[in-house]
This record gives sequence, structure tokens and C-alpha cells, in this order.
Amino acid sequence: MYYTGIDIGSTAAKIVVLSETGEVLEEFVIPTGWSSRMAAKNIAELLSGKGIYVTDTEEHGKNSVVVSTGYGREAVDFSDKQVTEITCHAKGAQVLFQKEKAVSVIDVGGQDTKVILVENGIVSDFLMNDKCAAGTGKFIEVMANRLNVDIDDMFALAKAGEPIPISALCTVFAESEVISYIAEGRSREDIASGVIASVANKVATMCKRQKLAEKVVLTGGLSSNSYFAALLSDRLGQPVENSSEGRYAGALGAAMTAKKLGERRSRLQADS
Amino acid sequence: MQKLPGNFETYDETRKAGFLKVKELKESGKRVIGTFCSYVPCEIIYAADAVPCGLCASSEEPIPEAESVLPRNLCPLIKASYGFALTDKCPYFYYSDLIVGETTCDGKKKMFELLNEIKETYVLKLPNSRDYPEALKEWRSEIIRFKEKLEDFYGITITEDKIREAIRMKNKEREVMTEYLSLGKLYPAAISGYEMGSRTDAAGFSFDIEERCKTFAARTEELKQYWEEHIKGTTSDRPRLLVTGCPNMGVRDKIIKAVEELGADCVVIDTCNGIRTQLDKVEETGDVYDALAKKYLNVTCSVMSPNQPRFEEMGRLIDEFRVDGVIEVILQACHTFNIESYNVKRYVTEEKGLPYLGLETDYSQADKGQIATRLGAFLEMLG
Ligand code: SF4
Ligand code: SF4
Repeated sequence: MYYTGIDIGSTAAKIVVLSETGEVLEEFVIPTGWSSRMAAKNIAELLSGKGIYVTDTEEHGKNSVVVSTGYGREAVDFSDKQVTEITCHAKGAQVLFQKEKAVSVIDVGGQDTKVILVENGIVSDFLMNDKCAAGTGKFIEVMANRLNVDIDDMFALAKAGEPIPISALCTVFAESEVISYIAEGRSREDIASGVIASVANKVATMCKRQKLAEKVVLTGGLSSNSYFAALLSDRLGQPVENSSEGRYAGALGAAMTAKKLGERRSRLQADS
Repeated sequence: MQKLPGNFETYDETRKAGFLKVKELKESGKRVIGTFCSYVPCEIIYAADAVPCGLCASSEEPIPEAESVLPRNLCPLIKASYGFALTDKCPYFYYSDLIVGETTCDGKKKMFELLNEIKETYVLKLPNSRDYPEALKEWRSEIIRFKEKLEDFYGITITEDKIREAIRMKNKEREVMTEYLSLGKLYPAAISGYEMGSRTDAAGFSFDIEERCKTFAARTEELKQYWEEHIKGTTSDRPRLLVTGCPNMGVRDKIIKAVEELGADCVVIDTCNGIRTQLDKVEETGDVYDALAKKYLNVTCSVMSPNQPRFEEMGRLIDEFRVDGVIEVILQACHTFNIESYNVKRYVTEEKGLPYLGLETDYSQADKGQIATRLGAFLEMLG
């Protein structure tokens, strides 16, 4: 039996497959595109190419338990269970960043940002940004579009610049601020730096509204970004760990949940 | 003959029916007074042979029109209520003889000034604290002034006997309502939070208090009997939640219904449209104004500063209803509840040792998905 976790976010879908012994067999990411449903279908096909079958077909029996999570979790019509990304990120982060008694997980996602406090392996508190997109990946994306660069370049520019203040809390207003900076002829480096700093500030403020564990980790799309982790550490006054695997935290947590679910099923079947 | 609004013909059938119903009521000679708050001593209104009608709006519909006058960054309840008044779309506002406002939150206070331009709005000066000796005295004289206003307005005399009779009648209703709203105490719960909310809302527009009592008493009996026969003795793993914060009728589907569909029971609604205002009765002996002032100064709303009794009452409800977690609903731009939520979270998590989820939202559907995710995660966290 395989255990598959599918995390469909607003921009990217992450997939992790575990073996019966809990080893990571597969780990990949595809763009979500315009429809979560299409993405789910693509994922099923990609998995089937690897011999992992998420549904029964004429040729193959289903050989994987599937748990879906993320903003598009309901679009995965072949999943055995749907779990929110908050619980999955917490579970995944615990494993990725070694088990500690308490860990705070910061997930800067495409649509929303979450700060999750995990104590003894369970979520004990979480905060999510309200409606507004400031402090999320979306904000960086909008501003990168304005500056005509992609997200990676945006960070490269930011590193080279001196942050100029972006004061607006709302994406739309912040965008006009950026436009006026462009009109004033300020350097792209400084503007990019200002944008990233404003996201870090907003995320840090959110963190401060909640009890923070001694160990703070960054998951989600920005997890591999050491520059952003360093900015956050600076704002929070405590180290923020990041990892190249961090974007898979949600999918990993989902796969772990699938494993637990599958094991419970076979245990109950064996008993009866 | 009562007039219909100018654009009556453009209304849909339900709204037309609503207008015709209230019109008929008015033509039968009923006096109707529009109110916006649990601090308003409705006994005085009943004693004037009038019926109070809660005008706090719960629909997103008139908000765009309200925003042609009011700022966008304002509590949706205030915007919607004003919007209905502005557009002649609420029969209860339209046919009210007089509107009674109060000095509670800043948003409402200033909105009443504008509302007064549409229809006469009398504003009760509610003290903003209970913790100084004059507060009760001031509030008592304010209630007397209110009585005098109604005497003047209708050209009648309101006797103390009339007030005492209204007190008894309202107390009776409070008893019935408390019993109904306490069905969640049973394990497994005998009622859903969604039912409590929607039935209480609907009752606000039925004007016969005795009829209302009968309906609720009968429903309580029905649910109790069903519980005895079908639910008693079974087990339920559904977490038991207390819902607190701002009045939640405008977000009930998005929050209470959603969380119950996800597998929890909202066993107690500790808000103005829930059990909060029903628990405390008015003393039936002694001076009527003393008794009313005491009851209506003790409503545990966040507009009072400080507001310790709210926490004591919430603690009692948490224990009595055997609550597993607390959800607080904050309407966007409601500063008093929003700021107080910091203390509510601290109280719930530290003193009561329970998980707490705060949700800030408005009447739109835009954050439905986000809210469902938070509710889902909260339930996963409760195990
Ligand atoms: S929440 Fe406060 S201000 Fe609003 S109706 Fe209730 S008591 Fe009045
Ligand atoms: S919810 Fe808050 S802001 Fe809105 S009317 Fe009530 S007290 Fe005022």
C-alpha cells in the first residue's frame, strides 16, 4: 500500500507519497493552473505513471490511500479524507524539523498566511490572515508583476537593495505606492526590498499576536528562501529555520494522515 | 390608512407580504417602536401599549446604498440597518412610529444622528461604565426620561402598574426562552445552535408576546421529548462549542451552520441574539425604575468598560453547558468586541483551559472558504 498526500494550494500543488515504512518515495510539485479539479486529474495520471493507483480501474486495483489538503482539497474527488492545511502543515513540519515539544510553524501561502502553534504534536492555536492579501505570497506576486520580474528575481533584487517603506496595509493601495516609486525613478532593488520587508513585517506582527514556541520554522512556498527566513528572524528576535523541503510540509502531513488512516483500516479489518 | 413605500411594486413577493403584514398591524391600531439594542428597556415600550421591534439588520443587500452615506470601514450591522432605512426596504423600520437608539458603540451613536433625518430617533444616554456609583442613578433617570418621551409622543400616561405588568410578562418570556436556549445543556445536545438562532430571529417579528411564549414552550417540550425517546443515553463525539462576540445573525450560515455541518454542536450562544440577555430577570418587587435600571445596566456587552461580568457569565456557561471550545465572532470594524477579544482569548485559554478561535468577518460571502478552513482546523484541533 502507498500513502499519498496531495496539497492543492492556490498556485502550486504538492504531492508526497510514503511507503509502508514511512519512507518518502515520491515528492513533486505541479502548478495548480486555473482549475483545482484539472490539477487533481493530472496528479492522478502522473501517479498512475509511477504505478501508484488512487482509484480502481479495469487494469489496476487501487493501491494507495489518499488524503487531500489545501485550498483545493475538495476538488480531489478520489481522496479518502480531506484535512485542512493547518493540521497538515503542523504534522509535516514536526517531522521535517525534528520533533520538538513545541514548534511554531509559519506558512506563507499564495492566498493566505498562517501561524500555527504545535504542542506535543497537536495544533494548539493558529491564526490566519483576514480577507486581505497583504503578508501573503499573492502580495509578492502582484508586486513582482509590477516590476516585471518573477518571484525568484524579486528576491534577488530585494537582497541587493535598501528597503524603502511601503506603508499601505492593503495590496491595492500598496500597488499604487509601488507605482509612484517607479514613477519617481527609485531603483527596482530598493522597491523590491521594500515589498519583501513589508511582507516580513506583516507576518511578524501576526506572529506576535500568538504565543511563539522557542523553535520557529518556515514552511510553504517561501520555505527554501533563506533571505526571507533571515528577515523574519530579525523581526522576531529569534531564529527562524527554513528548509528546501518546507514547501512539502502540507503534503507530507497529508501523507502521514493517509498512512495512519490506512493502518487503522487494516487493523480493524484484521480484527473482524 | 397607512401608506406603502413609493417603490413597493418593485419588491419581491416576500418583501411585499412583509409590508402588507405590518401595514395591517398598524391599521389595527398597534403602536410600533424600532430598537437596535439589548440595553433598551422594552418594558417601558410595552407599558406604552406599543411593541418593540429589533431593527438590527443581517443582510448584505442594502450595504452598497448605505455606503453612499456611511464610511465603508464600519460594522456591517450598522451599515445594513441604516441601508434598510434609507431604501425603504424594511417594513418594520418603515412603519415604526419612533426609533429608539442608545449611546453604545461609536458607530451606532453617530449613525443615529443620520437616521434621525429619515425618521425621528430618540437616543437613550447609556452610561459607558457600571463601576461608578452615579451610573445606576443616571441610568434610572434616563429610563424615566424615556418613559416621559413616550408619554409625550403618544399623548398618554404610563402608569407604574402598567410597567410592573410588562416586567412580569417579559420575565415570563425570559423564563421560557432560557429554558429553550438551555436545551444544549443536555448531552448529547437536544438542539442545534442554528435552530436556536433562526427561531429566535423569526420570533422577533411576531408581536404577540404570549403567542411567542406558547410557541417556544411547545417547541421546548417537543425537543425534550424527542431527546428522551431517541437521543438520551447515546454517545456523541461532536465537540460542544460556545459562540460569543457580536450579534451573529448576519453570519449564522457562514459560521454556526458551517461548523455544525462539519461535526460540532453549538450548544450555547452567548451573544445578544442568544442567551446573554435572557438569563437576568428584572426584580418584580420594589421600585420599577430601580429594577429596570439594574437589569439593563448589567447587559454584558463589550461597550461597557470595564466588562468583568461578561467573563464571569461566560465562565458559568462554559461549565454548565460542558463546553469543549469557544468561537468568537467579531463583525468587521467592531472595535469594542475586537479589542476585548484579546481578553476573551486569554480568559478562555488560560483560565478555562479551552481552545479559542476568533473570526473577524462581515456579511459578504467572500471569506466563506477561508472561514470553513479555520473552522475545520479548529475541530481537528479539538480532536
Ligand atoms: S452587542 Fe452590545 S451594542 Fe450590540 S445590541 Fe447587543 S448590547 Fe447593544
Ligand atoms: S457589532 Fe459592534 S460595532 Fe456593530 S453595532 Fe454592535 S457594538 Fe456596534
